[in-house]
Amino acid sequence: MSRFGFTITKARFIDYESNDRRISEYISEMEPSFLRCIECGCCSATCTAAGFTKFSLRELNILIKRGENKEINKTIRKCMLCGKCTLVCPRGVNTRNVITLAKEAYQKAENHAV
Amino acid sequence: MNKEGKKKIWSDYQKEIADDHFFYVRSCIRQSFFPGSEQFFLNLMRNVLKKDVYENPAHTTCTGIGYHSDIVPSATIMTVIARHFALMKEAGYKNIAISCVTSFGLYTEILETWKHFPSELAKTREYLYKATGREFDIPENLAHTSDIIYKFRDEIAARAKVLLVNKETGEPLNIVEHIGCHYAKMFPKSGIGGAEFPHVLSGMIDAWGGKVIDYPERRHCCGFGFRQYLVQANRGYSVANTAKKFSSMKPFKPDLVLTNCPGCSMFMDRWQYTIKEMEGLTYGVNGESVPVLTYEELAGLVLGFNPWDLGIQYHMVQSEPLLRKLGIEFDPGDKFKTKDGHQMPLPQNLINV
Repeated sequence: MSRFGFTITKARFIDYESNDRRISEYISEMEPSFLRCIECGCCSATCTAAGFTKFSLRELNILIKRGENKEINKTIRKCMLCGKCTLVCPRGVNTRNVITLAKEAYQKAENHAV
Repeated sequence: MNKEGKKKIWSDYQKEIADDHFFYVRSCIRQSFFPGSEQFFLNLMRNVLKKDVYENPAHTTCTGIGYHSDIVPSATIMTVIARHFALMKEAGYKNIAISCVTSFGLYTEILETWKHFPSELAKTREYLYKATGREFDIPENLAHTSDIIYKFRDEIAARAKVLLVNKETGEPLNIVEHIGCHYAKMFPKSGIGGAEFPHVLSGMIDAWGGKVIDYPERRHCCGFGFRQYLVQANRGYSVANTAKKFSSMKPFKPDLVLTNCPGCSMFMDRWQYTIKEMEGLTYGVNGESVPVLTYEELAGLVLGFNPWDLGIQYHMVQSEPLLRKLGIEFDPGDKFKTKDGHQMPLPQNLINV
Protein backbone atom coordinates (compact mmCIF):
# COMPACT_ATOMS: atom_id res chain seq x y z
CA MET A 1 0.00 0.00 0.00
CA SER A 2 1.46 3.32 -1.01
CA ARG A 3 1.38 6.48 1.06
CA PHE A 4 -1.83 7.40 -0.77
CA GLY A 5 -3.82 4.81 1.19
CA PHE A 6 -4.77 2.94 -1.99
CA THR A 7 -3.14 1.45 -5.08
CA ILE A 8 -4.16 1.35 -8.73
CA THR A 9 -6.68 -1.45 -9.19
CA LYS A 10 -5.48 -3.68 -11.99
CA ALA A 11 -7.99 -4.16 -14.79
CA ARG A 12 -8.90 -7.83 -15.40
CA PHE A 13 -8.96 -7.93 -19.15
CA ILE A 14 -6.91 -9.90 -21.66
CA ASP A 15 -4.94 -7.61 -23.92
CA TYR A 16 -4.12 -9.75 -26.94
CA GLU A 17 -2.38 -6.80 -28.61
CA SER A 18 0.27 -6.37 -25.95
CA ASN A 19 0.48 -9.97 -24.63
CA ASP A 20 3.51 -12.05 -25.64
CA ARG A 21 2.26 -14.95 -27.77
CA ARG A 22 5.72 -16.29 -28.67
CA ILE A 23 5.56 -19.31 -26.32
CA SER A 24 2.12 -20.28 -27.61
CA GLU A 25 3.23 -19.96 -31.22
CA TYR A 26 6.42 -21.99 -30.56
CA ILE A 27 4.47 -24.86 -28.95
CA SER A 28 1.79 -24.86 -31.66
CA GLU A 29 4.45 -25.09 -34.35
CA MET A 30 6.43 -27.88 -32.67
CA GLU A 31 3.41 -29.80 -31.33
CA PRO A 32 0.33 -29.01 -33.51
CA SER A 33 -1.90 -31.24 -31.34
CA PHE A 34 -1.75 -28.37 -28.77
CA LEU A 35 -4.27 -26.52 -30.96
CA ARG A 36 -6.78 -29.39 -30.56
CA CYS A 37 -7.10 -28.78 -26.79
CA ILE A 38 -10.69 -27.84 -25.82
CA GLU A 39 -9.82 -27.09 -22.18
CA CYS A 40 -12.09 -29.90 -20.95
CA GLY A 41 -9.96 -30.42 -17.84
CA CYS A 42 -9.49 -34.22 -18.01
CA CYS A 43 -5.73 -33.63 -17.70
CA SER A 44 -6.14 -31.62 -14.49
CA ALA A 45 -8.60 -34.16 -13.05
CA THR A 46 -6.10 -37.00 -13.28
CA CYS A 47 -2.95 -34.97 -12.58
CA THR A 48 -0.79 -36.42 -9.76
CA ALA A 49 0.93 -33.10 -9.11
CA ALA A 50 -2.46 -31.36 -8.79
CA GLY A 51 -3.23 -33.68 -5.88
CA PHE A 52 -0.40 -32.15 -3.87
CA THR A 53 -0.01 -28.62 -5.25
CA LYS A 54 -2.07 -25.89 -6.86
CA PHE A 55 -1.28 -27.01 -10.39
CA SER A 56 -3.66 -27.18 -13.34
CA LEU A 57 -2.52 -28.09 -16.83
CA ARG A 58 -5.85 -26.83 -18.16
CA GLU A 59 -5.27 -23.41 -16.64
CA LEU A 60 -1.69 -23.44 -17.90
CA ASN A 61 -2.81 -24.17 -21.49
CA ILE A 62 -5.26 -21.28 -21.35
CA LEU A 63 -2.66 -18.86 -19.97
CA ILE A 64 -0.11 -19.90 -22.63
CA LYS A 65 -2.66 -19.39 -25.43
CA ARG A 66 -3.57 -15.95 -24.07
CA GLY A 67 0.09 -14.99 -23.83
CA GLU A 68 -0.12 -14.48 -20.07
CA ASN A 69 3.32 -15.95 -19.46
CA LYS A 70 4.34 -14.43 -16.13
CA GLU A 71 3.44 -17.38 -13.92
CA ILE A 72 4.25 -20.15 -16.40
CA ASN A 73 7.85 -20.83 -15.43
CA LYS A 74 7.10 -21.18 -11.73
CA THR A 75 3.99 -23.28 -12.26
CA ILE A 76 5.35 -25.61 -14.89
CA ARG A 77 8.06 -26.97 -12.56
CA LYS A 78 5.37 -28.69 -10.52
CA CYS A 79 4.73 -31.20 -13.36
CA MET A 80 6.42 -34.57 -12.75
CA LEU A 81 6.00 -35.68 -16.38
CA CYS A 82 4.17 -38.87 -15.32
CA GLY A 83 2.04 -38.73 -18.50
CA LYS A 84 -1.40 -39.59 -17.03
CA CYS A 85 -2.81 -36.50 -18.72
CA THR A 86 -1.70 -37.78 -22.12
CA LEU A 87 -3.47 -41.10 -21.49
CA VAL A 88 -6.83 -39.48 -20.66
CA CYS A 89 -6.87 -36.64 -23.18
CA PRO A 90 -10.00 -37.12 -25.36
CA ARG A 91 -8.51 -34.96 -28.11
CA GLY A 92 -5.21 -36.82 -28.33
CA VAL A 93 -3.06 -33.87 -27.32
CA ASN A 94 0.49 -34.85 -26.52
CA THR A 95 0.38 -33.00 -23.21
CA ARG A 96 3.77 -34.22 -21.98
CA ASN A 97 5.38 -32.78 -25.06
CA VAL A 98 3.44 -29.53 -24.53
CA ILE A 99 4.98 -29.26 -21.04
CA THR A 100 8.53 -29.94 -22.19
CA LEU A 101 8.14 -27.54 -25.12
CA ALA A 102 6.73 -24.88 -22.81
CA LYS A 103 9.80 -25.20 -20.54
CA GLU A 104 12.07 -25.03 -23.56
CA ALA A 105 10.20 -22.07 -25.06
CA TYR A 106 10.22 -20.17 -21.78
CA GLN A 107 14.00 -20.47 -21.51
CA LYS A 108 14.41 -19.46 -25.16
CA ALA A 109 12.05 -16.51 -24.66
CA GLU A 110 14.15 -15.34 -21.72
CA ASN A 111 17.21 -15.47 -23.98
CA HIS A 112 15.26 -13.82 -26.83
CA ALA A 113 15.81 -16.94 -28.94
CA VAL A 114 12.15 -17.69 -29.79
CA MET B 1 -26.58 7.58 -47.51
CA ASN B 2 -27.05 10.91 -49.26
CA LYS B 3 -26.10 14.21 -47.63
CA GLU B 4 -29.71 15.31 -47.02
CA GLY B 5 -30.41 12.10 -45.12
CA LYS B 6 -27.32 12.58 -42.98
CA LYS B 7 -28.28 16.19 -42.25
CA LYS B 8 -31.77 15.12 -41.19
CA ILE B 9 -30.43 12.48 -38.83
CA TRP B 10 -27.87 14.90 -37.39
CA SER B 11 -30.61 17.45 -36.74
CA ASP B 12 -32.17 14.96 -34.31
CA TYR B 13 -28.97 15.13 -32.26
CA GLN B 14 -29.09 18.90 -31.76
CA LYS B 15 -30.47 20.77 -28.78
CA GLU B 16 -31.85 24.25 -28.42
CA ILE B 17 -29.56 26.68 -26.62
CA ALA B 18 -30.75 30.13 -25.61
CA ASP B 19 -29.01 33.13 -27.17
CA ASP B 20 -29.04 35.61 -24.29
CA HIS B 21 -30.27 36.39 -20.74
CA PHE B 22 -28.86 33.56 -18.66
CA PHE B 23 -29.27 32.81 -14.95
CA TYR B 24 -25.85 31.39 -14.05
CA VAL B 25 -25.32 28.68 -11.42
CA ARG B 26 -21.80 27.83 -10.27
CA SER B 27 -20.14 24.49 -9.52
CA CYS B 28 -18.79 23.50 -6.06
CA ILE B 29 -15.69 21.81 -7.50
CA ARG B 30 -14.92 24.34 -10.19
CA GLN B 31 -15.07 27.39 -7.94
CA SER B 32 -12.80 25.62 -5.44
CA PHE B 33 -10.19 23.94 -7.63
CA PHE B 34 -9.95 26.09 -10.78
CA PRO B 35 -12.00 29.23 -10.11
CA GLY B 36 -10.52 31.07 -13.09
CA SER B 37 -12.77 29.08 -15.44
CA GLU B 38 -16.05 30.36 -14.03
CA GLN B 39 -14.65 33.87 -13.67
CA PHE B 40 -13.57 33.83 -17.31
CA PHE B 41 -16.95 32.51 -18.47
CA LEU B 42 -18.65 35.56 -16.94
CA ASN B 43 -16.00 37.86 -18.40
CA LEU B 44 -16.35 36.28 -21.86
CA MET B 45 -20.13 36.41 -21.88
CA ARG B 46 -20.51 39.90 -20.45
CA ASN B 47 -17.54 41.78 -21.87
CA VAL B 48 -16.59 39.94 -25.08
CA LEU B 49 -19.87 38.52 -26.38
CA LYS B 50 -21.96 41.27 -24.69
CA LYS B 51 -24.55 38.90 -23.25
CA ASP B 52 -26.67 39.32 -20.16
CA VAL B 53 -25.67 36.82 -17.46
CA TYR B 54 -27.09 37.13 -13.97
CA GLU B 55 -25.63 35.48 -10.90
CA ASN B 56 -27.30 35.36 -7.49
CA PRO B 57 -25.02 34.94 -4.43
CA ALA B 58 -27.92 33.20 -2.63
CA HIS B 59 -27.49 30.21 -4.95
CA THR B 60 -26.27 27.10 -3.08
CA THR B 61 -24.89 23.68 -3.94
CA CYS B 62 -27.27 21.47 -5.92
CA THR B 63 -26.44 18.70 -3.37
CA GLY B 64 -25.22 16.47 -6.23
CA ILE B 65 -22.30 15.03 -4.27
CA GLY B 66 -24.59 14.29 -1.33
CA TYR B 67 -27.13 12.74 -3.71
CA HIS B 68 -24.64 10.40 -5.37
CA SER B 69 -23.28 9.31 -1.99
CA ASP B 70 -26.80 8.43 -0.75
CA ILE B 71 -26.75 11.07 1.97
CA VAL B 72 -29.34 13.57 0.73
CA PRO B 73 -32.85 12.23 0.00
CA SER B 74 -34.41 13.03 -3.36
CA ALA B 75 -37.30 15.11 -1.92
CA THR B 76 -34.70 17.45 -0.36
CA ILE B 77 -32.73 17.66 -3.60
CA MET B 78 -35.83 18.50 -5.60
CA THR B 79 -36.69 21.26 -3.12
CA VAL B 80 -33.14 22.69 -3.27
CA ILE B 81 -33.26 22.73 -7.07
CA ALA B 82 -36.76 24.25 -6.94
CA ARG B 83 -35.32 27.03 -4.76
CA HIS B 84 -32.75 27.76 -7.49
CA PHE B 85 -35.59 28.00 -10.00
CA ALA B 86 -37.39 30.33 -7.59
CA LEU B 87 -34.31 32.59 -7.41
CA MET B 88 -34.28 32.61 -11.21
CA LYS B 89 -37.98 33.53 -11.36
CA GLU B 90 -37.51 36.34 -8.82
CA ALA B 91 -34.69 37.78 -10.95
CA GLY B 92 -36.86 37.60 -14.07
CA TYR B 93 -34.83 35.00 -16.01
CA LYS B 94 -36.06 31.97 -17.93
CA ASN B 95 -32.81 30.45 -19.27
CA ILE B 96 -30.56 28.62 -16.85
CA ALA B 97 -26.82 28.18 -17.55
CA ILE B 98 -25.25 25.44 -15.42
CA SER B 99 -21.51 25.35 -14.82
CA CYS B 100 -21.27 21.80 -13.45
CA VAL B 101 -21.98 18.55 -15.29
CA THR B 102 -23.12 16.81 -12.09
CA SER B 103 -25.60 19.63 -11.48
CA PHE B 104 -26.61 19.56 -15.15
CA GLY B 105 -27.36 15.82 -14.86
CA LEU B 106 -29.29 16.37 -11.66
CA TYR B 107 -31.36 19.29 -13.03
CA THR B 108 -32.14 17.21 -16.14
CA GLU B 109 -33.07 14.18 -14.07
CA ILE B 110 -35.39 16.22 -11.84
CA LEU B 111 -37.11 17.92 -14.80
CA GLU B 112 -37.67 14.47 -16.35
CA THR B 113 -39.02 13.18 -13.03
CA TRP B 114 -41.46 16.07 -12.78
CA LYS B 115 -42.54 15.49 -16.39
CA HIS B 116 -43.38 11.84 -15.77
CA PHE B 117 -44.59 12.21 -12.17
CA PRO B 118 -46.49 15.52 -11.83
CA SER B 119 -47.37 14.55 -8.24
CA GLU B 120 -43.65 14.93 -7.36
CA LEU B 121 -43.69 18.43 -8.85
CA ALA B 122 -46.78 19.33 -6.82
CA LYS B 123 -45.16 17.99 -3.64
CA THR B 124 -41.95 19.96 -4.32
CA ARG B 125 -43.93 23.17 -4.87
CA GLU B 126 -45.61 22.59 -1.52
CA TYR B 127 -42.32 21.82 0.33
CA LEU B 128 -40.64 24.92 -1.08
CA TYR B 129 -43.56 27.18 -0.28
CA LYS B 130 -43.86 25.88 3.28
CA ALA B 131 -40.11 26.17 3.88
CA THR B 132 -39.36 29.51 2.20
CA GLY B 133 -42.59 31.08 0.94
CA ARG B 134 -41.15 30.94 -2.59
CA GLU B 135 -42.72 29.84 -5.87
CA PHE B 136 -40.98 28.77 -9.05
CA ASP B 137 -41.38 28.17 -12.78
CA ILE B 138 -39.80 25.44 -14.89
CA PRO B 139 -36.98 27.02 -16.98
CA GLU B 140 -37.70 27.57 -20.65
CA ASN B 141 -34.16 26.64 -21.61
CA LEU B 142 -31.60 24.56 -19.75
CA ALA B 143 -28.02 24.56 -21.03
CA HIS B 144 -24.63 23.55 -19.74
CA THR B 145 -22.06 26.35 -20.06
CA SER B 146 -20.09 24.22 -22.54
CA ASP B 147 -23.24 24.22 -24.73
CA ILE B 148 -23.18 28.02 -24.65
CA ILE B 149 -19.48 28.24 -25.57
CA TYR B 150 -20.19 25.67 -28.32
CA LYS B 151 -23.00 27.90 -29.62
CA PHE B 152 -20.65 30.89 -29.80
CA ARG B 153 -17.57 28.92 -30.97
CA ASP B 154 -17.49 30.56 -34.38
CA GLU B 155 -17.71 34.04 -32.87
CA ILE B 156 -14.78 33.11 -30.62
CA ALA B 157 -12.90 31.74 -33.65
CA ALA B 158 -13.52 35.03 -35.50
CA ARG B 159 -11.86 36.92 -32.61
CA ALA B 160 -9.05 34.32 -32.15
CA LYS B 161 -5.53 35.55 -31.56
CA VAL B 162 -4.08 32.05 -31.16
CA LEU B 163 -5.15 28.95 -33.09
CA LEU B 164 -4.68 25.41 -31.76
CA VAL B 165 -1.69 24.81 -34.00
CA ASN B 166 1.89 23.91 -33.10
CA LYS B 167 3.77 27.09 -33.91
CA GLU B 168 7.01 25.26 -34.73
CA THR B 169 5.66 22.54 -37.02
CA GLY B 170 2.50 24.27 -38.30
CA GLU B 171 0.53 21.08 -37.55
CA PRO B 172 -2.76 21.15 -35.60
CA LEU B 173 -2.42 20.08 -31.96
CA ASN B 174 -3.58 16.56 -31.06
CA ILE B 175 -6.42 17.16 -28.63
CA VAL B 176 -8.35 14.60 -26.62
CA GLU B 177 -11.92 15.66 -25.85
CA HIS B 178 -13.58 14.10 -22.83
CA ILE B 179 -17.29 14.56 -22.14
CA GLY B 180 -18.63 14.14 -18.60
CA CYS B 181 -20.85 11.05 -18.27
CA HIS B 182 -23.70 13.05 -16.68
CA TYR B 183 -23.68 15.47 -19.62
CA ALA B 184 -25.01 13.14 -22.30
CA LYS B 185 -24.98 9.53 -21.13
CA MET B 186 -27.98 9.78 -18.77
CA PHE B 187 -30.28 11.81 -21.05
CA PRO B 188 -28.76 11.79 -24.57
CA LYS B 189 -31.29 14.35 -25.83
CA SER B 190 -29.81 16.91 -23.40
CA GLY B 191 -26.37 16.88 -25.03
CA ILE B 192 -25.23 18.12 -28.43
CA GLY B 193 -24.68 14.99 -30.52
CA GLY B 194 -26.37 12.80 -27.92
CA ALA B 195 -24.50 9.99 -26.19
CA GLU B 196 -23.30 8.47 -29.46
CA PHE B 197 -21.64 11.45 -31.15
CA PRO B 198 -21.01 14.14 -28.51
CA HIS B 199 -19.95 17.18 -30.49
CA VAL B 200 -19.84 19.86 -27.82
CA LEU B 201 -16.06 19.80 -27.29
CA SER B 202 -14.96 18.38 -30.63
CA GLY B 203 -16.93 21.21 -32.29
CA MET B 204 -14.89 23.77 -30.34
CA ILE B 205 -11.60 22.03 -31.20
CA ASP B 206 -12.50 21.89 -34.91
CA ALA B 207 -13.57 25.56 -34.93
CA TRP B 208 -10.38 26.70 -33.22
CA GLY B 209 -7.96 24.81 -35.47
CA GLY B 210 -7.05 21.69 -33.44
CA LYS B 211 -7.25 18.01 -34.36
CA VAL B 212 -9.53 15.72 -32.35
CA ILE B 213 -7.97 12.38 -31.41
CA ASP B 214 -10.16 9.30 -31.68
CA TYR B 215 -8.80 6.57 -29.43
CA PRO B 216 -10.24 3.25 -28.19
CA GLU B 217 -11.26 4.35 -24.68
CA ARG B 218 -12.59 7.76 -25.77
CA ARG B 219 -15.96 7.33 -24.07
CA HIS B 220 -14.64 5.60 -20.94
CA CYS B 221 -15.41 7.24 -17.59
CA CYS B 222 -12.56 9.34 -16.14
CA GLY B 223 -12.97 7.72 -12.72
CA PHE B 224 -14.95 10.53 -11.09
CA GLY B 225 -17.89 8.14 -10.46
CA PHE B 226 -18.67 9.14 -6.88
CA ARG B 227 -18.64 5.71 -5.28
CA GLN B 228 -15.16 5.09 -6.69
CA TYR B 229 -13.50 7.88 -4.78
CA LEU B 230 -15.60 8.85 -1.77
CA VAL B 231 -13.97 6.14 0.38
CA GLN B 232 -10.17 6.41 0.33
CA ALA B 233 -9.55 2.65 0.17
CA ASN B 234 -11.69 2.43 -3.00
CA ARG B 235 -9.81 5.11 -4.92
CA GLY B 236 -7.78 2.45 -6.73
CA TYR B 237 -10.87 1.93 -8.91
CA SER B 238 -11.01 5.62 -9.77
CA VAL B 239 -7.33 5.92 -10.65
CA ALA B 240 -7.57 2.67 -12.69
CA ASN B 241 -10.13 4.37 -14.96
CA THR B 242 -7.81 7.30 -15.61
CA ALA B 243 -4.84 4.96 -16.16
CA LYS B 244 -6.86 2.95 -18.71
CA LYS B 245 -7.89 6.06 -20.62
CA PHE B 246 -4.43 7.57 -20.67
CA SER B 247 -2.68 4.34 -21.75
CA SER B 248 -5.21 4.09 -24.57
CA MET B 249 -4.60 7.68 -25.77
CA LYS B 250 -0.80 7.67 -25.30
CA PRO B 251 0.07 6.20 -28.75
CA PHE B 252 -1.76 9.15 -30.37
CA LYS B 253 0.65 11.63 -28.69
CA PRO B 254 -1.92 13.95 -27.08
CA ASP B 255 -0.91 17.58 -26.50
CA LEU B 256 -3.95 18.42 -24.41
CA VAL B 257 -7.07 16.96 -22.83
CA LEU B 258 -10.18 19.14 -23.00
CA THR B 259 -13.06 18.39 -20.62
CA ASN B 260 -16.46 19.85 -19.79
CA CYS B 261 -16.98 18.23 -16.39
CA PRO B 262 -15.46 19.48 -13.11
CA GLY B 263 -14.73 15.94 -11.93
CA CYS B 264 -13.08 14.89 -15.18
CA SER B 265 -10.85 17.99 -15.16
CA MET B 266 -9.85 17.36 -11.58
CA PHE B 267 -9.31 13.60 -11.67
CA MET B 268 -7.63 13.32 -15.06
CA ASP B 269 -5.27 16.04 -13.85
CA ARG B 270 -4.61 14.91 -10.25
CA TRP B 271 -4.49 11.19 -11.03
CA GLN B 272 -1.68 11.79 -13.54
CA TYR B 273 0.36 13.01 -10.57
CA THR B 274 -0.71 9.98 -8.51
CA ILE B 275 0.12 7.48 -11.28
CA LYS B 276 3.49 9.16 -11.78
CA GLU B 277 4.24 8.89 -8.05
CA MET B 278 3.03 5.30 -7.78
CA GLU B 279 4.32 3.74 -10.98
CA GLY B 280 6.51 6.40 -12.61
CA LEU B 281 4.30 6.50 -15.72
CA THR B 282 3.63 9.59 -17.84
CA TYR B 283 1.42 9.80 -20.91
CA GLY B 284 2.54 12.79 -22.95
CA VAL B 285 5.42 13.16 -25.40
CA ASN B 286 9.02 13.43 -24.12
CA GLY B 287 8.09 11.98 -20.72
CA GLU B 288 5.80 14.89 -19.95
CA SER B 289 2.28 14.64 -18.56
CA VAL B 290 -0.73 15.87 -20.54
CA PRO B 291 -2.32 19.18 -19.46
CA VAL B 292 -6.06 18.92 -18.77
CA LEU B 293 -7.93 22.16 -19.45
CA THR B 294 -11.52 23.32 -19.25
CA TYR B 295 -13.31 24.72 -22.33
CA GLU B 296 -13.29 28.23 -20.78
CA GLU B 297 -9.52 28.07 -20.25
CA LEU B 298 -9.01 26.95 -23.84
CA ALA B 299 -11.35 29.65 -25.15
CA GLY B 300 -9.39 32.21 -23.11
CA LEU B 301 -6.08 31.05 -24.57
CA VAL B 302 -7.56 31.19 -28.09
CA LEU B 303 -8.76 34.75 -27.44
CA GLY B 304 -5.28 35.76 -26.28
CA PHE B 305 -5.95 36.26 -22.55
CA ASN B 306 -3.08 36.01 -20.06
CA PRO B 307 -2.86 32.29 -19.11
CA TRP B 308 -2.28 33.15 -15.43
CA ASP B 309 -5.48 35.28 -15.38
CA LEU B 310 -7.35 32.21 -16.65
CA GLY B 311 -5.99 30.22 -13.72
CA ILE B 312 -4.45 27.37 -15.72
CA GLN B 313 -1.60 27.25 -13.19
CA TYR B 314 -3.98 25.83 -10.58
CA HIS B 315 -3.96 22.41 -12.21
CA MET B 316 -1.47 19.78 -11.04
CA VAL B 317 -0.14 19.25 -14.57
CA GLN B 318 1.31 22.58 -15.67
CA SER B 319 0.71 23.91 -19.17
CA GLU B 320 4.05 25.54 -20.02
CA PRO B 321 4.89 22.95 -22.76
CA LEU B 322 1.47 23.59 -24.32
CA LEU B 323 1.89 27.38 -24.16
CA ARG B 324 5.27 27.08 -25.91
CA LYS B 325 3.72 24.91 -28.64
CA LEU B 326 0.98 27.51 -29.15
CA GLY B 327 3.55 30.31 -29.16
CA ILE B 328 1.89 32.09 -26.24
CA GLU B 329 4.25 34.38 -24.34
CA PHE B 330 4.11 34.24 -20.55
CA ASP B 331 6.08 35.47 -17.57
CA PRO B 332 6.90 32.54 -15.22
CA GLY B 333 7.50 35.02 -12.39
CA ASP B 334 3.87 36.18 -12.45
CA LYS B 335 2.47 32.69 -12.18
CA PHE B 336 1.54 32.71 -8.51
CA LYS B 337 1.11 36.42 -7.86
CA THR B 338 -2.06 38.13 -6.72
CA LYS B 339 -3.65 40.83 -8.88
CA ASP B 340 -1.87 43.53 -6.89
CA GLY B 341 1.50 41.83 -7.38
CA HIS B 342 2.03 40.01 -4.07
CA GLN B 343 3.78 36.63 -4.25
CA MET B 344 1.58 33.77 -3.06
CA PRO B 345 3.03 30.59 -1.45
CA LEU B 346 4.33 28.27 -4.16
CA PRO B 347 2.54 24.92 -4.58
CA GLN B 348 4.61 21.73 -4.20
CA ASN B 349 5.04 18.78 -6.58
CA LEU B 350 3.68 20.41 -9.72
CA ILE B 351 4.21 18.42 -12.93
CA ASN B 352 5.66 19.65 -16.26
CA VAL B 353 7.46 22.58 -14.61
